[in-house]
Amino acid sequence: MVRVLLNVPKQVRKGEPFDVKLLISHPMESGQRRDAMGLAIPRDIINRLICTFDGAEVFRMDLFPAIAANPFLAFSVVAERSGTLTIAFVDDHGVEQTETSAVEAV
Amino acid sequence: MKRLLPLFLLCTIAAAPRSGYDDASAETRAMQDDDSANPGFLWVREGEAQWSKPAGPQVKSCASCHGDAPVSMRGVAARYPIVDRTLNRPLTLDQRIAQCRTERQQAEPLPSESDAALGLAAYVGLQSRGMPVRINAAGAVVEAGRRLFETRMGQLNLSCAQCHDDRAGLKLAGAVIPQGHPNGYPEYRLEWQTMGSLNRRLRNCMVGVRAEPFPPDSREMAELALFLAVRAEGLNVETPAVRP
Repeated sequence: MVRVLLNVPKQVRKGEPFDVKLLISHPMESGQRRDAMGLAIPRDIINRLICTFDGAEVFRMDLFPAIAANPFLAFSVVAERSGTLTIAFVDDHGVEQTETSAVEAV
Repeated sequence: MKRLLPLFLLCTIAAAPRSGYDDASAETRAMQDDDSANPGFLWVREGEAQWSKPAGPQVKSCASCHGDAPVSMRGVAARYPIVDRTLNRPLTLDQRIAQCRTERQQAEPLPSESDAALGLAAYVGLQSRGMPVRINAAGAVVEAGRRLFETRMGQLNLSCAQCHDDRAGLKLAGAVIPQGHPNGYPEYRLEWQTMGSLNRRLRNCMVGVRAEPFPPDSREMAELALFLAVRAEGLNVETPAVRP
């Protein structure tokens, strides 16, 4: 279950920053822990997240093992025109997921 | 007077239950207050999907009988656990959902603490958020729960009441001991980094005092949950709560 709660305002003011909030269900296994049998639990984290607005990159983030499970991420974006905000992230298994939200700038 | 004082203290605790929310840090409270930051909503969304997902030989979903959850499940979590007349024992909401699934849907039971089971309970619980806990039970069955609450158990020989009544508000190591109310379950615990049921939390405490936990579907677990809910009457349902 990789679920994403993406919170972006439907309508924003042109040229003014707005908040993008993102909650991702992910174990973010650090690779440092051992299971009941003493075997290392392999690392499994989201390692890169890219946010684009109509194809242009506006935010990029590298994630590291010290981030807790189910990470909550928030950042600001400025829109000069209406468009589609796309968030793509990839984890250690190479699983890639994309979420989109339409933003209307007025 | 000496004999009346503890009684008086007990009455004040019963009169004004204090939610674990008020003992949590400002950051944890903020997380619970904002639905887009509350990780419990990841499970709520899972539960919403489960609600209308058909299962069993009759290909029925929860929605086939109960319709729209925001309408049909409104206030339900606030009155659970209930005392089931046919089984003659208390049933928690989790047990009722499991019963519905195996008996009415005739489907494979959802494993306890699975994302699907927690999700459904969280989705149903959410429909009662903000409503006061009101339990329709009294007498012997509640007293049985109270007895369990006040019974010393485990190698450490501690009862629930010794910490959560007598020492609530004081500290255990660095953490504030809450009164231990069940008004936010299933809840997201930062310690677990996941969602968990009241069952899991009770097991946690019992293992902590080195007692053998009651089995999840046992009468004892349901009686204890019932007494806890009666004890929490007056608090609002907070599902899905966030706790440290």
